[in-house]
Amino acid sequence: MLSDNLTALSTLRGAFIFASLIGLSVPVSASTAPAISIEIPRLQVAEYHRPYIAVWLSDASQQRIADIAVWYDVAMARDEGSKWLPDLRQWWRRSGRSLTLPVDGVSGATRPVGTHHIDMPQHILDQLEPGDYIVHIEAAREVGGREHLQLKFSVNTQGAFKINHSTLQGEHELGRVTLSL
Amino acid sequence: MKATKMTTAALLSAVVFASLSSTPAHAHRAWILPQVTVVAGDEPMVSLEAAISNDIFVADYRPFNAQSLLAYDHAGQPIDLENVHSGRFRTLADLPLTTPGTYRVVSASAGLNARWVEADGTRGGFPGRGQGFDDDALMDAIPEHADNVQISQVSRRIETFITHGAPRFDVIEPTGRGLEMRYVTHPNDLFSGETAYFQLLIDGEPAAHTNVTLIKDGMRYRNQQQDLTITSNSNGELQIPFAEPGMYWLEARYEDEQAQPPATKRSGSYVVTLEVLPE
Repeated sequence: MLSDNLTALSTLRGAFIFASLIGLSVPVSASTAPAISIEIPRLQVAEYHRPYIAVWLSDASQQRIADIAVWYDVAMARDEGSKWLPDLRQWWRRSGRSLTLPVDGVSGATRPVGTHHIDMPQHILDQLEPGDYIVHIEAAREVGGREHLQLKFSVNTQGAFKINHSTLQGEHELGRVTLSL
Repeated sequence: MKATKMTTAALLSAVVFASLSSTPAHAHRAWILPQVTVVAGDEPMVSLEAAISNDIFVADYRPFNAQSLLAYDHAGQPIDLENVHSGRFRTLADLPLTTPGTYRVVSASAGLNARWVEADGTRGGFPGRGQGFDDDALMDAIPEHADNVQISQVSRRIETFITHGAPRFDVIEPTGRGLEMRYVTHPNDLFSGETAYFQLLIDGEPAAHTNVTLIKDGMRYRNQQQDLTITSNSNGELQIPFAEPGMYWLEARYEDEQAQPPATKRSGSYVVTLEVLPE
């Protein structure tokens, strides 16, 4: 599979960065932190609504660590847009249902078709212990479907990042999603 | 403690639908079905239907008695169902979930039931068909010359849960009366591919070695019922592997001889509708 090849490539790249970090004793900075890109595909459907999308970070056992972004109909009167947030089922379960929405720095408006970039917030990265992590991207669309993709990275004992699963191609509600340094 | 498989006909006539029991021995099942069980937003409302039917969640026999349907809010306080209507086959209602939390919609009763044979050989019973329990009046209702008097302690409970926002356990704790479920896994936190942990209780004590029947919705569109029977362990605990998402009808039946005098038998039935979401 394409994604497997890319994973192998990114492992090499991660190893290279890891090696250079040790050599220079450079602390982790934002420029070497994982960034996420999410493609919202153009769909040929009779009735199109922009998808709701949640992006969050969990540990390897799926325990949520932090929300990164939630894009939904934030501007509707009386927060009516939040009615459909449970359609982001895994995010709703792991996080949304316990939150008071909207959340500053996380909630945002729905995005149009195209590729969107998100930097992982430094305050989240700062709290990561060495270990394996998953970036979750879940999308749900009104009168459409739902899709949940998971990208993986790890943090070593020196605090350097390594991408273990750098890209996936969505099949329904998401296009290509990538995690890169 | 002894668990017994009662026949459907016996259970129907003795306990559950005393008022409806002059029917053939079809598997009439009672259910309260919410359209969705997980909601959010500004004062969401959920539509419910309730019926007694052969086919799970397809109303093909009788509407549920609307007067017996009760709703409890996030704080365990009774609230009114709205737009309650009984048609020929089903009862409809709307549940307002004004404040976040877990809500319960339930029909439950518990009390003493007597059966006897009159001096002339005809059979008698109390409470009569369609009548509620009245334990204080029970002994006076049994004729002096009645024969084969059998007094049973019976309970029935049919319920479902709906959660606005985060699920809460405090308002779904068992009452300690009749056959009930303690939810170790929250009933509104069920996902396919995961195992749910529940505990069956009879009068607040573990209901050991009791059979539970689980049937998924969509029965009409498959050739077999595909019912799953799971038996509780010695501590009343159940492990339920939900393989597929969907609405599930779960029924437990219990019977033993550990009744409080004057009753000599104790029995209970429990039904819950559970929604399992895709992983």
